Amino acid sequence: MQKTYYDPADLKKFGKISDWNEELGKKFFDYYGKVFEEGALSEREKSLIALAVAHTIQCPYCIDAYTGDGLQRGITKEEMMEALHVAAAIRGGASLVHGVQMMNKVNKLEM
Amino acid sequence: MATTSLHKRESELANSKRQLEILSNGIFQSGDLPKFSEKIAETNQFPLKAKTLEVLQINVGYMCNQVCQHCHVDAGPDRKEIMTKETMLQCLEVIKKTGAHTLDLTGGAPEMNPNFRWFVDEASKVGIKDFIVRSNLTIIKANKRFADLPEFFKSHNVHVVSSMPHWTRGKTDKQRGSGVFNQSIEALKELNAIGYGMPDSNLRLDLVYNPSGAFLPSSQTSLERDFKKALLEDFNIQFHNLFAITNLPISRFLDYLIASDNYEDYMYSLVEAYNPAAVKNVMCTNTLSVSWDGYLYDCDFNQMLELPVNSAVKHISDYNEDLLFNRDIVISQHCYGCTAGAGSSCQGSVA
Repeated sequence: MQKTYYDPADLKKFGKISDWNEELGKKFFDYYGKVFEEGALSEREKSLIALAVAHTIQCPYCIDAYTGDGLQRGITKEEMMEALHVAAAIRGGASLVHGVQMMNKVNKLEM
Repeated sequence: MATTSLHKRESELANSKRQLEILSNGIFQSGDLPKFSEKIAETNQFPLKAKTLEVLQINVGYMCNQVCQHCHVDAGPDRKEIMTKETMLQCLEVIKKTGAHTLDLTGGAPEMNPNFRWFVDEASKVGIKDFIVRSNLTIIKANKRFADLPEFFKSHNVHVVSSMPHWTRGKTDKQRGSGVFNQSIEALKELNAIGYGMPDSNLRLDLVYNPSGAFLPSSQTSLERDFKKALLEDFNIQFHNLFAITNLPISRFLDYLIASDNYEDYMYSLVEAYNPAAVKNVMCTNTLSVSWDGYLYDCDFNQMLELPVNSAVKHISDYNEDLLFNRDIVISQHCYGCTAGAGSSCQGSVA
């Protein structure tokens, strides 16, 4: 077993997951490729969404991949950071909005 | 940011032999990554052969008003290699008889050669189909004596190809030096004002995009769309096409890759993005590069690595297109830069 849970070199081996189940691996990568194609949203917009989601799920592989992808597309660091704040706002908001549940409960129980 | 060339700093990377050693040792010597010759042999494309000449590219000198971080020429104000009028006369003889449809003048800043205007004047009389000058834009604003360059280009129907690494100031100045963005914008406005780059105009103005760091360019088409939208909205500037060019791991870009500990990852990304379809159209197969002192190379990158053509003809004074045809192209691991993804050449993507 390796000494750390994450090794940057493993990102390059992502495709190998198909080795143990070719059918599902292929379906996944076909789907993945299709998702990121230009559609109603541009590839650029999708790259920024991916970067924000990567930070939300705190996936080091995805952060590595979509930071590089963004630079290649000419996305600026200002745009990247704004995308992250969207992720952070939703994530923080998700905690805080549950405060309403807390308040409801307190209001119900307190005299 | 350095303001002198590697040559001036006497850096070990100013030595082309040292660069070639680096490109052959380490991950390529250990077999972690295949050598370029092995990679193209997989698809029976080794040796690469020169096809019919289409582009004659002449480097009229390494002197430049800028010291860009990624420059493969290691150009700068301190470089003294300048093509003489005598060599230019030899080039003109070749331009008159070549079958190439494109003449491409580069540098350094070609305009800094004292005989530049005379040379353009003479070369334009030959009537070559596409006459390119690679102008860095800021030269137009560098000194009063260059201020009329847009009009000069127009009067000779020169196709202007200019570098513009990003549509934002921050990314541009970081790669090319403080103030470069504003000056480039001003120069582009002047070129637009006399018709360059305007829709339906015959005065061609194309921009070149190089990534400002250790990453590859993405699709040329989408980058062109982003550049056009931003430059039009922010500055009311128009241009014809964008050429997305991959930075090759030589000279100052190699120096940057090593200093920033990005060299191995960058070579991995180039090899991973290797595209055999791009090999079919690499520019060395239809281009010849002439150095400031008249020697012949398969491309401008080989010129900087001092890898001359593999032919009995070595110098412009002995030029013979028939003998140069079908020669074996000289390659090393830097060639992966031209075959990554959609491929890369001085005219942009190739696949």
